[in-house]
Amino acid sequence: MHSEIREQAFEPYAELLQYQQAMQAAGRYGATAVFVGSMRDLNEGESVTAMELEHYPGMTEKYLQRISQHAADHWNLLDSLILHRVGRVEPDDAIVLVAVWSAHRKDAFEASRYLMEELKSKAPFWKKEQTSEGERWVENNTAGY
Amino acid sequence: MTIEVKFFASLREQIGRSEARLAASEPLSVAEVWAQATDNAELPVNVLMARNMEYVDSATPVHDGDEVAFFPPVTGG
Repeated sequence: MHSEIREQAFEPYAELLQYQQAMQAAGRYGATAVFVGSMRDLNEGESVTAMELEHYPGMTEKYLQRISQHAADHWNLLDSLILHRVGRVEPDDAIVLVAVWSAHRKDAFEASRYLMEELKSKAPFWKKEQTSEGERWVENNTAGY
Repeated sequence: MTIEVKFFASLREQIGRSEARLAASEPLSVAEVWAQATDNAELPVNVLMARNMEYVDSATPVHDGDEVAFFPPVTGG
């Protein structure tokens, strides 16, 4: 179980492979659910050239650890991984990676969905977009359901 | 008692600073910390509040040495 804030761009699929190999759980997991959130170049009808992602150092890390622990307590999981960017992000950069390994798909799907929805609705991160019209804070996340 | 106050994101820009230190002589609630730290600005309807990095509501009591944070709805992921 691992969660981490990253200040530099990361390649989610390389991270996933590296983590999975280090887990030493080959043969035990039958289901891996993966979510990658990436930056788009358009939001609310305006082109977005970059974004600044802010967090609350200390509280954000603690919150990610808490939801990871909650998922481990509520579903039958072998492992989970959360990586989340902060700082300056550009279109197509990965913002978040959530991966969950379990024996069967039910636990993997449900736990990964739980982690993403908690992260989007409660983890203290904020996005400020740079558009052709200037800077603006993103005020709300879109609904997940 | 001393209370550390933090503001994040758009709220930090509106208030014009990222942190403040309050010296209070009597027990305060989170709402009272906001009032003292912002010169009695109105508490935004959708503001989120944390004490020592845990979500709380505005009536929560604050103790000496606590860190109280105010921020807008979160938009991560």
